[in-house]
Amino acid sequence: MTTKTLLSLKQVGKAFSNGTVALQDMSLDVQEGSFVSLLGPSGCGKSTALKIIAGLGNLTTGTMTWPTATVDQLGRPDHEISFVFQEPTLMLWATVFDNVWLPLRLKGTTKKAARAAVEEALEMVGLKDFAASYPRELSGGMKMRVSVARALVTRPKLLLMDEPFAALDEITRSKLNDDLLHLWQKMDWTVIFVTHSVFESAYLSDRIVVMAARPGRVVADIAVDAPYPRGGAEFRSSQAYSDASNTASKALHAAMQSGDHL
Amino acid sequence: MATPLENAAKIPLDPVEQRKVRIARNERIGRWVLPIIVVVLTIVGWDLFCVINEVPHYVIPRPGRILQVLIEDWSLLISSLGATLVITFSALTLAIVGGVGLAILFAQSKWVEMSFFPYAIILQVTPIIVIAPLIFIYVDSKFIGLLICAWIVAFFPILSNTTLGLKSADHNLADMMKLYGASRWQTLRFLRLPSALPYFLGGLKIAGGLSLIGAIVAEFVAGSGGAGSGLAFRILEASYRLNIPRMFAAILLISFTGILIFMAMSFLSWLFLHKWHESAIKREM
Repeated sequence: MTTKTLLSLKQVGKAFSNGTVALQDMSLDVQEGSFVSLLGPSGCGKSTALKIIAGLGNLTTGTMTWPTATVDQLGRPDHEISFVFQEPTLMLWATVFDNVWLPLRLKGTTKKAARAAVEEALEMVGLKDFAASYPRELSGGMKMRVSVARALVTRPKLLLMDEPFAALDEITRSKLNDDLLHLWQKMDWTVIFVTHSVFESAYLSDRIVVMAARPGRVVADIAVDAPYPRGGAEFRSSQAYSDASNTASKALHAAMQSGDHL
Repeated sequence: MATPLENAAKIPLDPVEQRKVRIARNERIGRWVLPIIVVVLTIVGWDLFCVINEVPHYVIPRPGRILQVLIEDWSLLISSLGATLVITFSALTLAIVGGVGLAILFAQSKWVEMSFFPYAIILQVTPIIVIAPLIFIYVDSKFIGLLICAWIVAFFPILSNTTLGLKSADHNLADMMKLYGASRWQTLRFLRLPSALPYFLGGLKIAGGLSLIGAIVAEFVAGSGGAGSGLAFRILEASYRLNIPRMFAAILLISFTGILIFMAMSFLSWLFLHKWHESAIKREM
């Protein structure tokens, strides 16, 4: 497989004004089309790393490069990134349609011109019939689907997800995980997925980057050697899945013992 | 498909749920009936008090007499009410424009807010009744003077609430706006203003009543008569002539107007919020 590097972090560090070192010497190359999980306990800087990649926070040391990105009029790399937060983060005053339309609207697309794209995005997450609903009328899982639809309506190259399903119940979460994998294969995305669940990371990703706290750093980089599509229960009982889970668990525990108390 | 639902419908309600239904029904009726009963009792009691104690009508008029005066003096009172309402709604409109405008300015720059918010507070905490005489000395036009007084009273709740609302926008949504390269104007238009709407409407409810009070207080201070005088002047005038029933009639009119304004603002609030905001949502459990 010859894959190109989409994103390259070199020795990235981030310190906050209160003295916390959120990230130290983080180096990470993300290949185009891969599904990378950032796995670690709270405070390990995984969310900080995600925000830096999204351009929502700047880095203190090191470099971040986008080898394949085109450049926009102002000379900034055109990243084509979407972000899915832990909460659905919807505009409560707007319908599902208007929520998904927002990223296009900000770029000047009219409602009429955006209709096809929005409807397609809603169809992909199975919410075609809810375009006119308001967020409060939806369940937690459905709200998260709207959030995913909003992320994919811009057809991003890179999808950043910050513990997107952590607040959902197990059944909904597992369903959304499967749907996400399905979309990922279909849409030719690169996904960076932040999670604190070993099993979620092993199930979803082709690569698990294990991180540890104080200071936030990468402690292990594990390849999950199993082809997609990974069929639900079957894959969960496979050797590759349990190997990946075990390796990731061990790396997490090793990092925790060497660090201080939780 | 429908069978489980049909079965569910056949299960009789347990006593606790039955009680809930009963309570809900009683509350629905009581909400209307109780205030009406209390008002009727008050009026009857008032009337009896006047009759039994033989209170002269120039001290406390009987309710019937107030109603009679209200009808007799209707054209005079209604034209005065009109004058007061013009001040009230002009002041409220200016308070909305000024309050929201200033709030947006404050939200754009912390420095501006830090510099000027104290003035807003000073205007709010200084009683309008002590500023009004000064305003009428400096401002020649009575109309403008009244307007300024009513505006000072009404604008603070709008400014204060809208400022809070603009700051209460979801941080993640703000991040997302930034990620998609939203301009300052777009962030304001699509995120900050809608987030501030419930707060603004809460402020509007208070400001509606306050602008009426501000207008009346200013009219009291201004005191001058003639055509186009407001209700406050009618009350002053009636008090000089010991026309107590007309004073009561005018007060009644002011109260009703205040209630109507409050109801109108509540309706406006419902209109904008009922589809999405927690405050306007009925819950099942």
